Amino acid sequence: MAREAVGKGTFSQPSVLPGFGLTFGFTTFFLSAIVLIPLAALVSMAASSNWNAFVHTVLSERALASYRLSFGASAVAASINLVFGFILAWTLVRYDFPGRKFIDALIDLPFALPTAVSGIALTTVFAQTGFLGRYLALAGIKVAYTWIGVTIALTLIGMPFLVRTVQPALAEVQRDLEDAAEILGANRFYIFRRIILPTVLPAMLTGFALAFARGVGEYGSVIFIAGNLPFKTEITPVLIVIRLEEYDYHGAAALGCVMLSISFLGLWAINYLQHWGRRRSTATRR
Amino acid sequence: MLAELRSRPGHDSLLGNLMRWMLISISLLFLAALLFAPLITVFATALAKGVHAYLAAVDDPNTLAAIKLTLITAAVVVPANTVFGLAAAWCIAKFEFKGKSFFTTLIDLPMAVSPVIAGLVYVLVFGLQGWFGGWLQDHNISIIFALPGIIIATMFVTLPYVARELIPLMQQLGNDEEEAAITLGAGAWLTFFRITLPKVRWGLIYGIILCNARAMGEFGAVSVVSGHIRGLTNTLPLHVEILYREYNTVGAFAVASLLTLLAVVTLVIKTLVERRGYKSR
Repeated sequence: MAREAVGKGTFSQPSVLPGFGLTFGFTTFFLSAIVLIPLAALVSMAASSNWNAFVHTVLSERALASYRLSFGASAVAASINLVFGFILAWTLVRYDFPGRKFIDALIDLPFALPTAVSGIALTTVFAQTGFLGRYLALAGIKVAYTWIGVTIALTLIGMPFLVRTVQPALAEVQRDLEDAAEILGANRFYIFRRIILPTVLPAMLTGFALAFARGVGEYGSVIFIAGNLPFKTEITPVLIVIRLEEYDYHGAAALGCVMLSISFLGLWAINYLQHWGRRRSTATRR
Repeated sequence: MLAELRSRPGHDSLLGNLMRWMLISISLLFLAALLFAPLITVFATALAKGVHAYLAAVDDPNTLAAIKLTLITAAVVVPANTVFGLAAAWCIAKFEFKGKSFFTTLIDLPMAVSPVIAGLVYVLVFGLQGWFGGWLQDHNISIIFALPGIIIATMFVTLPYVARELIPLMQQLGNDEEEAAITLGAGAWLTFFRITLPKVRWGLIYGIILCNARAMGEFGAVSVVSGHIRGLTNTLPLHVEILYREYNTVGAFAVASLLTLLAVVTLVIKTLVERRGYKSR
């Protein structure tokens, strides 16, 4: 016997399947209790401080220095990942070599590894006496406790995002188009520029945005290698923690709101890029 | 595709091969510096003073307390977020309603937010000066600087993991079997357990292990809400930090090696699930 359609008409479309009310209600409740209402507390705490104090905290010299570091290092790290992540994805998709499957599985390690572990490990490796740090020190490059160290940590963190978004896009490039172009006389660079790059561009940008957004908010893997000197090597999340430890809840909330707005922007940008990528790939499919 | 690559005419040129080896070398060097060096360092430093020192560091009461706390947190957070993920995936994948894509984006929100923010919001809600601070103090309940705070902050951070795997999977698999079951008279729960769950089992396992890895490894959010009280409110990642800052490098890396082994196990299970044909989006 057919069940009555669970029809709510105006909000949800009628369906044979049961459980909309229960699941939607539970999901909304859980989401609100755990995520939305606490985030509202953040905004309300920031809004309840007076405007001058808010601006003073958010635009102070120390805060601006931390934005420069957080955003700057994330941008540089995401750019490095754009190049090397692409090379990695290309190597994994188009070439075969011993250990390829192993390397492919390992790409996700920064994603699965706790940030504190990668933090202390990177610091030890790149310290002046470290395995790689000592060679860089010979070249006069100091990595640990500088913005370079921060950038390296963020590069590690962001790497899986770029490789994993570019890999499927590269696999999707139509090889018969490449062959046709080659037969018609195009050189490899032209093929790359006109056939491969346009297919993977949305994925590359999405990966960049993901790595950048992740890098801006990153805490655990950065605080060990950064040194956390105010105005010099202090990232914004560290500044928020310091404000909290000083019981300056309004200040912490103000900075938190800045980071939250960037997160929203990032989320919107990523959604847009993914949507663009999807439209493109369905358009080229025959 | 690789077999096709090898048999393609004209691609066996010297330049092509040179390019190939150059790119492979660059990739491997990049990974060696960024991934292998830290990995090897973890185990090398942990075992630097010998196996005895390593075992002593792991067997230490504070470490054992940290392990217990991490396990308890995961034991609460992972099932809760799994139930959430299943409920969210059911209502998003199987029904059409207004604002669905916005709703789906909201679920992704914790992934876009810094972990420090995740901790901060709970201090603002449950801390002394927070919304419920006074009430909690009157009733002698502590959430911040205690286990409940750690659990809820971890729940925030790991909320999307199971849902993100299940939603596209359920959308892809469609409603046909469930609708058939319902029209044949099966109850809702029977349909769910006998038809839906088996359909999505690999995606579910994938989401659960990722959620677990993140829950056990979370640092930033827990660092803000925990108070770092050794033996009481220290999870494994926080314990790593404390040992490291005390210059107890062997201890810090010994505990870190436990977490690294967890990450490796996660990756192994992940690879096994992918071999069964499940591909994360």
